[in-house]
Amino acid sequence: MTDITINSTDRHPARLHPLALRIMHWLNALAMVILIGSGWEIYNDEVIFGWLHFPRWMTIGGGPEGALQWHFAAMWLLMINGLCYLAYGIATGRFRRKFLPIWPREVSATVRDALRFKLGHDDITHYNAVQKLLYVGVIAVIIVQVLSGLAVWKPVQLSELAALFGSFQGSRLVHFIGMALIVGFLVVHIALALLVPKTVGAMITGGPAVDDDAKNG
Amino acid sequence: MPIKTPSPSVFRPKGGVDQSILHEHKALIAEIDRRKILRGAVSLGALTMLTGCNVTRTDAVQSVLKRISQFNDKVQELMFRPNHLAPTFSEAEVVKPPRFNAYYDIEDIAPVDVASWKLELAGRIDNKKPWTAQEIYALPEQEWITRHICVEGWDYIGQWSGVNLRQFLERIGADTKARYVSFKCADDYYGSIDMASALHPQTILATKYAREPITDPFGFPLRLRTATKLGFKNPKWITAIEVTNEYRGGYWEDRGFNWFSGI
Repeated sequence: MTDITINSTDRHPARLHPLALRIMHWLNALAMVILIGSGWEIYNDEVIFGWLHFPRWMTIGGGPEGALQWHFAAMWLLMINGLCYLAYGIATGRFRRKFLPIWPREVSATVRDALRFKLGHDDITHYNAVQKLLYVGVIAVIIVQVLSGLAVWKPVQLSELAALFGSFQGSRLVHFIGMALIVGFLVVHIALALLVPKTVGAMITGGPAVDDDAKNG
Repeated sequence: MPIKTPSPSVFRPKGGVDQSILHEHKALIAEIDRRKILRGAVSLGALTMLTGCNVTRTDAVQSVLKRISQFNDKVQELMFRPNHLAPTFSEAEVVKPPRFNAYYDIEDIAPVDVASWKLELAGRIDNKKPWTAQEIYALPEQEWITRHICVEGWDYIGQWSGVNLRQFLERIGADTKARYVSFKCADDYYGSIDMASALHPQTILATKYAREPITDPFGFPLRLRTATKLGFKNPKWITAIEVTNEYRGGYWEDRGFNWFSGI
């Protein structure tokens, strides 16, 4: 036994995506799929746009009562997991390191590179300015989505919050637009993840070892 | 193979791993990750299978969802503010006539014969003498212009008046410490609400809409109108009220909709 030296830092090097973060990412993915699928079924019961009905095969719940059950179950997963994620991101400084700062001229430079197919994917440990903007943006949209959802659910008990969205139909519309933005983000997010498959692997296994916070940016 | 010292795993290195070794094998690590993409793809694929299929039918899933819905009843009870009034509106915003909704079409309603109609009382009530429509319509009225919200997602501003339910419950000597107030209707609809919502200032036994006696499709001669619950929690054509500690459910609630359904 004496010849075994245990150095936990060496045996478990810090990963790009720590285990806690990966678990929260996939729980959030599960909550989002359930919330979007059941939300479409709930929407179908009283559509906002006459031309838009979601086909039954792409909804969850098999009817409004089942969809509402799924929606009001998955909301807990989204909210509790989301609060853990925000607390984690702030407490560990990960948000500051990964997402900040976002400079407008870096955003436009990244967009220019992307349009010329010159965007590098070798280093997945650093987010480019567009990624930063999209991740911060979708987090903000999800927060507003929870608030508009609460306003739709409790327009009387939370009447002060609901007033921020105007009328009851105003809250519904904001909740719908939030869904559309999240779905739009997911299309881009999943398409890019599949284009650079090692990012998907990293979100499962943890990805490359990263030295320390300083090098991690 | 001689084993020098008992170790939890034969693969465990004898000495500490140098960080540089990991860096040297970066390519190998990346290779392993790539293989695991397949596993990831499978989970992603499985996730999408959730859509379309009727997961709700599975008994185990169904019972978990039901339990979460009951948990949500308790959360809503805690969120309920007994003296917080729902927003009220001006007479100019009132929609006339109100929007009809039932589990059948408006052509299929069976109007109540007011001459033979009686409101029966049951359960934890001191004075269970039935009430005639005339007696009910003679009670002091209260009017509220509030938003009616349907579980489907539509809403309208309605102007309802009638006797305040709390005052009515006190008048008949009901046990207002009981848990539920339950309703039976002239059609086979039924429902129940929690006592706190029953005692809310904006909960009334409505007899009029826009100052006129309510018409047949909207619950003549008597219906519940509460500003703190979804539309389906407002039974129409009420024939019996029971004050009870027993959970009585409701027509839609027994079909999977949330029982508390507060707004």
